[in-house]
Amino acid sequence: MVIAIAIVRTRNLLAVVMLSGIYGLLSACFFVVVDAVDVAFTEASVGAGISGLLMLAAITITGRKEAPKRHKPFLALFVVLVTGGMLIYGTMDMPYFGAADAPVHQHVAPRYINESMQEVGVPNIVTAVLGSYRAFDTLGEVAVIFTAGIGVLSLLTLPRRRKKTSSDEATEEQMHERHMVVRIVSKALIPFILLFALYVQFHGDFGPGGGFQAGVIFAAGIILYTMLFGLDTAQKVFNPSIIQLLAAVGLLLYASVGVVSMINGANFLDYNVLADDPIDGQHIGILIIELGVGITVASVMLSIFFNFDARRQAIQNSNKQKGEQDVSRTL
Amino acid sequence: MLAHLPILQVVVPLMAAPLCWFLNRSKLVWIFALLVCAATCTNSTLLLIEVMKSGTITYELGGWEAPWGIELRIDKLNAFLLLIISTIATVVMFAANTSIQKELSEDRHTLFYSLYLLSLTGMYGIVATGDAFNVFVFLEISSLSAYALIALGNDRRALWAAFQYLIMGTIGATFILIGIGMLYQMTGTLNMSDLAIRLVDVGHTRTVFVAFAFLIVGLCLKLALFPLHLWLPNAYAYAPSIVTAFLAATSTKVAVYLLIRFTFTVFGISFSFTTLPLQSILMVLGLVGVFVASVTAIYQQNVKHILAYSSIAQVGYMIIGYSINTSTGVMATLLHLFNHALMKSALFLALGAIMYRIGSVQLSQFQGLGRQMPLTMSAIVIGGLSLIGVPLSVGFISKWYLLIASVEAGMWSVAVLILLGSLLAIVYIWRIVEMAYFKPPLPGRETVKEAPWTFLAPIWALVIANIYFGIDTRLSVQVAQAASQSLFGINP
Repeated sequence: MVIAIAIVRTRNLLAVVMLSGIYGLLSACFFVVVDAVDVAFTEASVGAGISGLLMLAAITITGRKEAPKRHKPFLALFVVLVTGGMLIYGTMDMPYFGAADAPVHQHVAPRYINESMQEVGVPNIVTAVLGSYRAFDTLGEVAVIFTAGIGVLSLLTLPRRRKKTSSDEATEEQMHERHMVVRIVSKALIPFILLFALYVQFHGDFGPGGGFQAGVIFAAGIILYTMLFGLDTAQKVFNPSIIQLLAAVGLLLYASVGVVSMINGANFLDYNVLADDPIDGQHIGILIIELGVGITVASVMLSIFFNFDARRQAIQNSNKQKGEQDVSRTL
Repeated sequence: MLAHLPILQVVVPLMAAPLCWFLNRSKLVWIFALLVCAATCTNSTLLLIEVMKSGTITYELGGWEAPWGIELRIDKLNAFLLLIISTIATVVMFAANTSIQKELSEDRHTLFYSLYLLSLTGMYGIVATGDAFNVFVFLEISSLSAYALIALGNDRRALWAAFQYLIMGTIGATFILIGIGMLYQMTGTLNMSDLAIRLVDVGHTRTVFVAFAFLIVGLCLKLALFPLHLWLPNAYAYAPSIVTAFLAATSTKVAVYLLIRFTFTVFGISFSFTTLPLQSILMVLGLVGVFVASVTAIYQQNVKHILAYSSIAQVGYMIIGYSINTSTGVMATLLHLFNHALMKSALFLALGAIMYRIGSVQLSQFQGLGRQMPLTMSAIVIGGLSLIGVPLSVGFISKWYLLIASVEAGMWSVAVLILLGSLLAIVYIWRIVEMAYFKPPLPGRETVKEAPWTFLAPIWALVIANIYFGIDTRLSVQVAQAASQSLFGINP
């Protein structure tokens, strides 16, 4: 709460980004308190990690200070107050936090808790609900991420690759030498980050985790690498156009599981028919869709970041060139 | 295969959108997207036939039965909506290739098609599903892709318009999510028909009341009801022409559908129209919306702006019909959904054709177009007449049922106001006609030619549909009547 107010009051955008990182981390802790570890995972890596990075990238393009505004938004304040008031009014009749007789715990949840082990065969109930009972929602969410990805792509089309000049390389070298400690430490860390991502990906059936979280962590690892070693080095390994295709592949992989179960004569996304034993079928189904989720999430995150970074470099270069021209003109 | 119709409607465009990436040749992607749209159109026709014949179809996703899993639930109401959306999407897609060649740079074509298909997926998903949270997920797909589609516009103002829409749309979606979350908290279920049963017990609580208020406000933002319409005019005006034609004919309709679905099916008529003074609030807002938007339309210089404001006015009419709260009133709303989709897509496509030829849709540039692009301009005239509500056009049919509904309910003043609102439409349509037919062509514009046939074919298909359904109302009226009667629980 304090941080939210601070975010609104601060004019320095860099500080705002830092604060919102803290905000994300705090809300992740909050999610842990209410026992939503999976959400906390995502919030910690997206809210505190990647979105902060993206905002930083945006700031380097635009500038650090918010333009001061003069008008007083009374109407907006009024609307916000009414909305807040309504929300508080609405909570008055809510069941108490954690009350066992709340409707939420009485209707559909008992079956998820008691029978998901027999029906789906996955110890992590959250995965069972997201991956099987409500798999269609999850498919929709992957599509949302995919949409967001191409939305960003359509706004920031990649500028043409240009040849590196020697002065660029020199500055890059300089920058990298300056960050020697950070580079070495993160070089040691990155393999573990990626490994951890894979663990979260494939262990989602048992512990908290799954495709969303794993994808984000994987992307974060690579983004870290990109920030320290430059965009060009990273893109040698991760070709942007292949990454864009991978985003599509992930979504298709997920949906095609549904199609396969349809071909096998069951309803869309019914995993029971994927193998002879229904439980095995569920396992296979969840494994594949989580993989699809992970691929799409990681590649969308990466391609958004790459685009931002390429854009930033392009703008910096054009500024530099402009500066050089000005200098030569004055000479 | 027939049993899988409901899911195919949603999944075919969903899978087609990423597939577009692998084709990556503008023309090829266009043909592919067109085929996909046509396939969903056939699919929705089959669904409607099936539903009219044998009643509601449910489809359990993942084989889990309803309150535990997600179900798709197709009844007469949403089968009708699906047909409207898929038909418009197909017809508009036909002209897409020609139009975006002029308006978008080559490297964005694939993006455009896959966003278009995603937006379509989102709408199908919202309409087809029987699960409240699923609605939200697909709402996000359709809105995110709509923002991006609008931002593709060549005009730099398109970015700002898309940003405005993004903010307003996100607030709307958040409100809807808060509403759904509170409903879940009070009932423990997300399935719509299950919600309807379980809400009866907790209907008196403040939480449900607040949830209802949040849902309604969120939806009104999405459907651009006055005074929450501010995002719409610029979003429509600066988007690429094809996007405008597509969104204007479909996206607000989906929000109107959701409003009907939530108030009638989930909350039930007695709750929806007694707890809040909803009826009078929406009626007043609808009427004010008609007048304010129509008067604003008269003073616009950009023809896309004129039609965008007219769209807000038409939403006003739909809300009036809805808030009369009789079977005939809702039927008039549904008819107007159908008819307005036909008119607006024809009109905006015709504007797209003009944009293609002269690169502008400012009213002042329309001088003399009546003689230079006779087929396109006459399409605009017929579409405009339909918008006014002249007999023998679809506009007349829906206005007629709206009048009957208000007179039946004893609301004479409403009926008079509806007629007055239509008079305002005459003024703004006349401005276009006057400019196009009674002024000589601008200097330097003497050689403007008629639009290419890829434009004329879909435009005239829609115009003919405008007249056809104005004369032969069997299909539209029958389906709308059946749908609205089923909402009120009347068995025909």
